[in-house]
Amino acid sequence: MTGFDLIADAAENLYPARMQMALSLGWHIVFACFGIAFPLMTVFTEWRGHRRGDAQLTRLAHTWAKAMGVLFAAGAVSGTLLSFELGILWPGLMDRFGEVFGFPFVLEGFAFFIEAIFVGVYLFGWNRLSPRAHMLSAIPMIVSGMAGAFFVVAANAWMNNPTGFDLAEDGSVVNPRPWAAMFSESTWPQVTHMLLAAYMVTGFTIASVYAIGMLRGRRDAYHRAGLLVPLTFAAVLTPVQIGVGDWIANVVADNQPTKLAAMEAQYESTAGASLSLGGLYYDDELHYALEIPYALSLLIHHDPAGVVPGLEEFPDELIPPVNVVHLAYNTMVGIGSALLLLAAWFAWAWWRRRELPRSPWFLRAVAVSGVAAIVAMEAGWVVTEVGRQPWIVYGIMLTEDAVSPAPGLFLGFYAVVVIYVLLTALTVFVLRRLARSPGTPAPQEADARPPDAHTGEVAVK
Amino acid sequence: VSLPEVLLSVMFVGLLAYALFAGADFGAGIWDLLAGGTRRGAPQRELIERSIAPVWEANHVWLIFVLVVLWTAFPGAFAAVVTTLYIPLTLAAFGMIARGAAFAFRKSITTLGMRRFLGGGFALSSLVTPYFLGAVVGGVASGRVPPGIAAGDVVTSWINPTSALGGVMAVLVCAYLAAVFLCADARREGVEDLVEQFRTRALGTAAVTGAVGIAGLFVLRADAPVLFDRLTGRAAPVIAASVVAGVAALVLLRTRRFVAARAASGLAVATVLVGWAVAQYPYVLVPYLTIEEAAGGRATLLAMLVALVAGGLVLLPALVYLYSLFQRPEHEPEPEPSGNRAGG
Repeated sequence: MTGFDLIADAAENLYPARMQMALSLGWHIVFACFGIAFPLMTVFTEWRGHRRGDAQLTRLAHTWAKAMGVLFAAGAVSGTLLSFELGILWPGLMDRFGEVFGFPFVLEGFAFFIEAIFVGVYLFGWNRLSPRAHMLSAIPMIVSGMAGAFFVVAANAWMNNPTGFDLAEDGSVVNPRPWAAMFSESTWPQVTHMLLAAYMVTGFTIASVYAIGMLRGRRDAYHRAGLLVPLTFAAVLTPVQIGVGDWIANVVADNQPTKLAAMEAQYESTAGASLSLGGLYYDDELHYALEIPYALSLLIHHDPAGVVPGLEEFPDELIPPVNVVHLAYNTMVGIGSALLLLAAWFAWAWWRRRELPRSPWFLRAVAVSGVAAIVAMEAGWVVTEVGRQPWIVYGIMLTEDAVSPAPGLFLGFYAVVVIYVLLTALTVFVLRRLARSPGTPAPQEADARPPDAHTGEVAVK
Repeated sequence: VSLPEVLLSVMFVGLLAYALFAGADFGAGIWDLLAGGTRRGAPQRELIERSIAPVWEANHVWLIFVLVVLWTAFPGAFAAVVTTLYIPLTLAAFGMIARGAAFAFRKSITTLGMRRFLGGGFALSSLVTPYFLGAVVGGVASGRVPPGIAAGDVVTSWINPTSALGGVMAVLVCAYLAAVFLCADARREGVEDLVEQFRTRALGTAAVTGAVGIAGLFVLRADAPVLFDRLTGRAAPVIAASVVAGVAALVLLRTRRFVAARAASGLAVATVLVGWAVAQYPYVLVPYLTIEEAAGGRATLLAMLVALVAGGLVLLPALVYLYSLFQRPEHEPEPEPSGNRAGG
């Protein structure tokens, strides 16, 4: 295929639009995780620091607050692009269903507003508020971060499980009920899964930064605390996440049978279905997979003889890309299980000796756990989003009917690739600098320095 | 007054807040661009940085607010506008990303080359973003966006005389607002030479904005006669109020009453936008789609009204708190933490 063919193909907007949305969402969600979970870990550390009179902990919390500011700024700008893209790329969806599922985005607007305000207050007020007032100012930030996650994931849950409206004879939407649309059967499992994922991503990632520091020999109290606090958050929540995964799989089985069949790469509808790990799906069959007898029926129906519907039940054009969904699902579950083992190792050592495991392999495992958690979370979103294809609103509207027909739209994809490469490089650069020299100011902080030497005395008044 | 009109008005209040607050932030970036060489421009750039650092993210959210209210309450009109005008909107979104990222990361970086690169990115995107947003307003106001998905011309809907006027006016207004706001900020910090610099700039920009505004009326008469008739007809009192507020702002600037000048300037800018709204009424998309026709279902509108009132009650005190905290000085750097501080 020549470059010209590629561009000619791309003139069909659907594929580039999907890639653009995937890239924008996949980038934003990493930063959103920190927006959701980092405030609580930071203020917890700040509270412990004040409580114990431990200057190390207070310093650690201040460094985290600045990192939080950088990550929040990156999340805010990438989120803005997303709100444009929802309309620019998928006008068919917004035009027809905006009045049904747009409402949680309005609430998210408020939640994000409150969070932006209090991120500013928290960082700017570090030396301007009393410790108590300062820690209280973090509460709106924590609550609005989690509320924002609820609203956005609720909108996504609606796309998986559309409710809260009726369709007229001609297919037009009548009687939209936004509250009902916000609380579909998929909302709570999806929201819980995402909130826990946010805490795991944040916890393992922050811990991995300090694990790398400790592997390089910086084994002081500062690094130890920097590893211990976030790792504890993540380790406590990991087993809960596995349980929630079971819940969400059951909801998917009930509401999105094609997605579940693709996750398991199951062609034939089977009683006593086995769980398949890995493999490659072609010719209506999964090859080279590791099979665990009866496990799938057990997982889905909690009954080894339960019937799991396979892809054969559905017309070919309504089946999502099986390999992508199946392997992404295996990746997520595999990494989740590995993180559970890591959490158990940590818990056992702590229970026995109130100390981290001594093996350097523990630190090495923590050092990669951050990237692993991010990969697992991205894989989970691939399962959700690719698994819903070819529908944008499951069972009701096809993605190809929602995409904008505007000429030249596909060029946006290439621009977005360039922008995100630059943005990623910058974010990593700044965070590395922040890690090396903690005096670096965060974006929401104002410089304490006066603008000019001779006006210094007046300016600081 | 009908329910859709109430919601559109609330959205419009969000748009005004975005224009005034985020507009001033964009304008500050424009002055950053024009501040001169690295050494000479440093005091101005630092004042600009301190003025907008704690508030720019919150100010920016007004735009998100406008978008989400539009797509939920007026989904058809939203889909029509963003698809026909997707090019300037995408470019504006890129500008917002570049500006936000460059501003956020600039101060965390000390190497001169990188700082210059990011500073340039911040300043340049502060200039182009309001232009594209103004061009979008020009396209909508001159009736170039028909209902339907990508139904309008994706090029001429924003490359046309009214859009050019809208874009240039948006840039000028942002620069003017920023200069006025920065006068008061410099005064509060007691940096008198910066006060004078920004005062001169405010007065100069006001003169240019006024001249472009008057010339713009001729552009509108030729390019968007419907808009022109309504602006000079039923919206005339609003436009007159804008002129009065603008003149008052100039007098206040000349007499160095900067806080009052801020209010008068804000009023002058807000009334121009209100004039546009009055001229468009009752159309969302002139001359095709009215507010009533564009509105979504009643249950949705009611839910939004409840959410907007409740959200506003939470949001406004928080915003006031942020702006008032921002006026507070910093005390001792890194207070020594001790066991009993958390308790009291």
